[in-house]
Amino acid sequence: MKIGIPRALLYFKNEKFWTTYFNEIGVEYIISPETNKEILTKGENLAIDETCLPTKLLLGHIDWLIGKCDYIFIPRVAYHRGYEMCTKFLAQTDLVNGTFRDRKIKLLFYNVDDKKIYRERKAVMKMGKFLKVKRSQRKYAYIMAKQAQQYFEMFRDQNQERILEESKKSKILLIAHSYNVGDKYVGEPVINMIKSLGCEPVIAEYLDEMKCIRASHEVSNNMPWAYNRHLLGAIELLKDKVDGIILLTTFPCGTDSMVNEFIVRKYKDKPIMTLTVDSQDGSAGMETRIESFVDILQLRKEKQ
Amino acid sequence: MTHREVVACFPHLANYAYAFKYIFEKGFEVKYLIPPPISKKTLEIGSKISPDYVCSPFKYSMGCYLEALDLGANCLMQIYGGCRLNYYGELNATILHDMGYKFEFFDMAAVDWKSRKSIFENFRKINPEMSVVKIGLAVPVTFKIIQTLDKFEDYIRHNVGFEVNDGEFDRTYKEFLGKLENLSGRSELKKLSKIYWKKLNAIKTDKPAKTIKVGIVGDYFTVQEPFSNYFMEKELAKFGMEVYRQMNLTCTVIHNQNKKKRKIAKKYAKYNLGATANCTVAEAIEFAKAGCAGIIQVKSFGCTPEIDAMPILQNVSRDFNIPILHFSFDSQTSETGVKTRLEAFYDMVEARNGR
Repeated sequence: MKIGIPRALLYFKNEKFWTTYFNEIGVEYIISPETNKEILTKGENLAIDETCLPTKLLLGHIDWLIGKCDYIFIPRVAYHRGYEMCTKFLAQTDLVNGTFRDRKIKLLFYNVDDKKIYRERKAVMKMGKFLKVKRSQRKYAYIMAKQAQQYFEMFRDQNQERILEESKKSKILLIAHSYNVGDKYVGEPVINMIKSLGCEPVIAEYLDEMKCIRASHEVSNNMPWAYNRHLLGAIELLKDKVDGIILLTTFPCGTDSMVNEFIVRKYKDKPIMTLTVDSQDGSAGMETRIESFVDILQLRKEKQ
Repeated sequence: MTHREVVACFPHLANYAYAFKYIFEKGFEVKYLIPPPISKKTLEIGSKISPDYVCSPFKYSMGCYLEALDLGANCLMQIYGGCRLNYYGELNATILHDMGYKFEFFDMAAVDWKSRKSIFENFRKINPEMSVVKIGLAVPVTFKIIQTLDKFEDYIRHNVGFEVNDGEFDRTYKEFLGKLENLSGRSELKKLSKIYWKKLNAIKTDKPAKTIKVGIVGDYFTVQEPFSNYFMEKELAKFGMEVYRQMNLTCTVIHNQNKKKRKIAKKYAKYNLGATANCTVAEAIEFAKAGCAGIIQVKSFGCTPEIDAMPILQNVSRDFNIPILHFSFDSQTSETGVKTRLEAFYDMVEARNGR
């Protein structure tokens, strides 16, 4: 049995967790390659026009996986750490099922449908049962996978903190969801551009999640989404340590459309730029905007 | 009366403002301001201060608030739901406070509905001296008003396309709404609804035995608020069609049918898709089974759950062999474009029905 994992949406958040889990229970898996032009076009053709870019990419990745594996792993996560998720994550299983109905794909179900903390473990165990893995092995694999993910996140956080303290370059906080930062088409060009202009990108997603969510309560009382709370908390924690903030969004992101407005209104004394990426190509416009933003930051620094 | 003048206000949703007015004036004992009817200006001023690609209900509510604040409202309220609607309240309040308005904001998303204390404390924002007994007495009447409105509107929707004298249904219904504005209690409502139900039934219609039926499905706001879907129901009725719609407050708040509908949609959507998406799918299936000639899905631009329901709806369309037309409304949709598409839809439906 072979499982296909699309390199899209939740993969970027739980990369180490899933790969370790499947390794431990001894199930073979393949991961779709980094996003390329072909995958993007495929996804665009398959999706409804108004769908957001990450979902288009997800469909493209699944299209690549069809025929190369027995089951395709599409997780459905409704709650994360007790907070809501974008409805995209609630619907993605059915969305994929509906879109690829004629091609008879088999899905590996994984459903976190409750606010309670233990629900994730239950979902993972259920999935293992479906894959006919012994109970003891499943349990062991879950613990190992959780640890692997935790250590990965911890090292990432520490690494980032070290950079924040040591680097003398001007720092730009990049606010973007994990599936945008990690994607080769969306996030990577922006990070590279910031680096090539002699600045240090500080990625909000790499900060410790729980710390950020706690900090976010100081700004917003009832923001419902876990991922957006994570990003908002990162701004609250680092606002004095960075020179500027870039909000990287994909068009038309439901949650970001509102939260970005909130951020801009709450942090008026910080230079903030909103970058919107859609499926149209061409990085020249983006490059110009980032360049001018960096120039403004430098001018501000000289004044002070 | 209260220690200070509280003027409460909900943004518009179809004609339910009259029901809200009753509960706030009789239950909470505060003044309720029915905001001016939604117009082009409402949308214009609303979208000016809203984020660019937020869904259009947000822009409408923003416009409604601005108009109501100018008329003296000082306690604004926002409902909650299963999608972006959960965050409407906070952003509404932040933007309006930024603009320098002074008001109290009651956000239903901030209430923890499982804790009685939280509910009580939050509702006290509206009126600190509120009496729970009075609210308890007003709630059933409010529900009755909502049910009456839905019943009347359903009847009108089915028959307005075939009226002999143009505009008679509209006139009678408006008269009824005007009387609802200063309702004294349950007995008056009973009397009024009896009179006007008779009046509506007495209106002459010329209904053929076999009519073309169309079902309307879509997201919570756009499907209910006639302005936001460019009076689609009226346009459809002009072609002489019978319009069906299940989404209203009776079916969602008073007699919650979400579980039933999720069961119907189970074959197409295994899980909850968020907000009204499951209802959309289930309603489409029900309309198809009931013999509708076509289905129209209306939604605001970028409504995530409805977009996720679209591939599923296309499967429904294929299985039941029924055409589905998708409409996406934003602040800048052209009226002519909508009309042209509706005409084409009508021609197609008529041709399929072989008349």
